[in-house]
Order: sequence, then C-alpha cells, then structure tokens
Amino acid sequence: MKYLLLKHYRGGPTPAVEFPPMDQWTPEEVDAHVRFMRDFASRLEEAGEFVDMQALSAEGAFVRHGGQGRPPVTDGPFAETKDLIAGWYIIDVDSWDRAVEIAGELSAVPGPGGEPLNEWLEVRPFLGAEAPKTTA
Amino acid sequence: MNEFDESRLRDLVPAVISVLVRRGADFASAEDAVQEALIRALQLWPEDPPRDPKGWLVTAAWHKFVDAARAEASRQRRELAVDAEPPAGSAPAGDDTLRLYFLCAHPTLSSAAAVALTLRAVGGLTTRQIAQACLVPEATMAQRIVRAKRRIEGLPLDQHGDLATVLRVLYLVFNEGYGGDIDLAAEAIRLTRQLIALTDDDPEVGGLLALMLLHHARRASRTTPGGGLIPLAEQDRALWDTALIAEGVAILQTALARDRLGEYQAQAAIAALHADAPNVEETDWVQIVEWYDELTALTDSPVVRLNRAVAVGEADGARAGLAALAEVDADVPRRSAVAAYLHERAGDSALAAGLYAEASHAATSVQERDYLAREAARVRQAVGS
Repeated sequence: MKYLLLKHYRGGPTPAVEFPPMDQWTPEEVDAHVRFMRDFASRLEEAGEFVDMQALSAEGAFVRHGGQGRPPVTDGPFAETKDLIAGWYIIDVDSWDRAVEIAGELSAVPGPGGEPLNEWLEVRPFLGAEAPKTTA
Repeated sequence: MNEFDESRLRDLVPAVISVLVRRGADFASAEDAVQEALIRALQLWPEDPPRDPKGWLVTAAWHKFVDAARAEASRQRRELAVDAEPPAGSAPAGDDTLRLYFLCAHPTLSSAAAVALTLRAVGGLTTRQIAQACLVPEATMAQRIVRAKRRIEGLPLDQHGDLATVLRVLYLVFNEGYGGDIDLAAEAIRLTRQLIALTDDDPEVGGLLALMLLHHARRASRTTPGGGLIPLAEQDRALWDTALIAEGVAILQTALARDRLGEYQAQAAIAALHADAPNVEETDWVQIVEWYDELTALTDSPVVRLNRAVAVGEADGARAGLAALAEVDADVPRRSAVAAYLHERAGDSALAAGLYAEASHAATSVQERDYLAREAARVRQAVGS
C-alpha cells in the first residue's frame, strides 16, 4: 500500500516550534540533520519500503484555468501562511499504522541543539491503500 | 563463450541503421528493426556468437524491417525500395555513421530529445536503459523517442549537419546522470572516441574528449560516501585517476597542436591545469585566467565570466575577483555562491553568510543546497552572531 508523506517544514495543524532556517544553525547541527535524512532514506530502502523521494524548491506559484488567453498565475500563499512544503516521500508499506510510524520517525529529524525538529508530515494514502482510522 | 562485450555490439548499431536506410528504409523503421535485432542478438550471441556480427545484425534487422513493412499498407512502395536495393556490403559505413550523429543532433530537436535519440540510434541503448539513466519512467522515454523520430521523419541522412550541435549533445549526455545500469558519462566518452575517428581527428572533438576524461578522472573525489559535495579545494587528489588524466592531457596536446582553438579545447586546458596541480595553492591560476580570457573571446557566456571571476580571485586576490564579478549579471545561476566565497576571502564575513544563505535557497540540487547551507552556518558562526 502506497502513501505520500508531505514534509511541511513550516505550517501544519497547530503551530509547531518555529525554527530558524538551516543556514542559521551551527555547521554541526546541519551535519547531524543531513546525516539523519540520509540514514533514514537508506533504512527505508533496506526495509523495502522506499519508493521515491524528492526535495522541492521553496519557490512556486498557483495557476488555474482562466478562460481565454493566459491562465492566471499568482504567487503562492507560501509567504503569507508560513507554510513550506520542503519535499515528499512515497513509501510502500503494509499498513496505515506503519506509514504513521515512519512519518513520526522522520519528523524527529534533529534541528538546532540536536532537538527533534517536530515538523508536521502530511500522510496521504494512494487510492486503494488503507485510509486513516477515525480517531477514538 | 559466455562473455561477449555488450558495448562492442552497441558499436555496430549506427552502421547497421545506415545500411538499412541506404537500402531504402526510413529512419524510424530502420531504428526499430535494429532494436529488435539487438534484442535477438543479446539472447543468442552469448551461446552462439556469429563469425560476422555486423553481417548478422544487418540480415536480422533487414528481415525485421521487411516483416514490419509487409504488414503495412505501404507494402508495395517499400517492396519497390527493396528492389532498388544496391548489393549488400558496398560503401564504407563510416561516413554514414557520422551523418547519423548529425541527424540525431538535428537542430529541430529539443536537447532532451536529441540526447535520447543519440543514445538510442548511435549508442544502441535500449529504451529501458536510457530511461533509467535519465531517471524518467520507461513509458515517458518511449514516447519522447517516438516524438523525436517523428520530428526528423523525412529528413535526408545525406545532409551535413553542424558538428558543434553534435558535440553539445554529447556533452549533455556526459552531464546527464548516473542512474540505472548505464553510466552516461562513460557512454558519452565511448561515443566521442568513435566520433574522433569519423571526423578525421577534428581538434574540437579531441578537446571535448579530453575535457570529459579530465572531469571523469576526478569523479571519485567529488562526493562524500553519502553523496554530499566536496569542493575542489578539499578533494582528496590521491583519488584522481592519473591514467585518465594522462590520456586526457595527451589528447588535448594533440588537438592544440593543430592550432584551431575552440571552446572545448580551452575548457579542457583549464581542467588540465587543475588536474596538474598538487593542491589548490599551487594551481597555476594565472594561466587559468589566460585560458578563461581565450574562452570569453570564443564564447562570451555569463557562466564563463562567472568562472573567470573565481579564477581572477585566486590569481589576483579576492578584491580583483569581486571586480570581475561585477561584470556578471545578477541572475546568473550560482553567482551569489561565488560572491559569498569572494566576500569571505576579502574579510567581509557577515555579507558572505547572507549570500551563502541566498545561494542555498536558489540551489538546484539537495547536495548543493545542503553544502551551501552548511557554508552559511560556518561563516555565521565565525562572525559570532
């Protein structure tokens, strides 16, 4: 069953800890972060649960069909809402629970001071995959 | 005889396509037929290698082509073409192969299409191999190749093309990527070696081959085991492939001796000066700047000016480098990274930290972004803010 994990570096249901951007950490903190991400991806690959991942540029725009002529393009709400989708993973796992477990681990990637970053990850089942259970 | 060289088989592809086209097949059908014959050869040859591999492929591909042609409405026209066929094994195939290079690098094709078609028709790779190497799904690559073939449909194979376009496409192949079981850098080197023979040792083809070999020789030292970037100054030069460097330098010297300088020879000369230095400090930066001046005269590209500014910074100091950088447009990619480096060397760390951060936001790969963010963090820490 496949799931999309969207990494929301900023934004999410409730205000997460507001960390400064990576270039304002110490070099050691950057190294630890990068090492965690790399090891995380290789662990997923070894477990046979990795499908694909991509990092996204911070820039982007909203586009929709606007009738005749050129479609309207606006700057995204990125700047206003402080939401930034940093990238995504596609994983292929046995269950919804496993998908949630993996997303939780990924959210613990170390940030400044080695503390978990606690960024929000949006977990979305592909059509046909086990959907979230209604919360008790 | 279980081991036979798959790349030798691929070497035969352009000549076999050319024979079929000369016998009256259109390019797209000839190319399809040769691909099918290749698949058959890969199944049979490991057990039962033919005495004349090229003759075997021509016959097998011709049969495939005739089979396909019979099934089509245009059967009669194609059979007339068969009748008009000259006796097999006539003219030398070399010249035709060169024309195949030109056709695949035709200016009507986009870069991505030209790369795919060259790998397919000249390199003899399968669609799956090309797709893996370019990191796109196989179906996407199949469609890209079909569209490219449709685009050059009807273009004669006898028209001489622009060698500069062919070289650009080969350099694109070299830089494309390293996914899948085919190493495109090695493939580009293989094809450029063939092109040298076909073009009578054209010095620019030699320049491009030398450039590729010199870059390729440094490949093992360019990334950490985890895939992070290592800048030239920090690379472990013991990892450089000295045999490839020696070969690249020798090819470059032969090309330069012909006294027809071009942009690839100038770029290779710069790469050779880097390869020749025991470390960054002992690099002959003054001579590198001179080569950048030659390169600027040949092709006044913003990227060349940007790289020249780095070299000037090493040769004449950071302030001189910044003065050279002032002539480079603000929107040239990686300009802020270069500006950050030069400002730090000039002692303006606070400005450098901000520029490194700006550069990391504009980076085009994760490795580059991580590297630049770390540089920003390092400089910021040194400033003590």
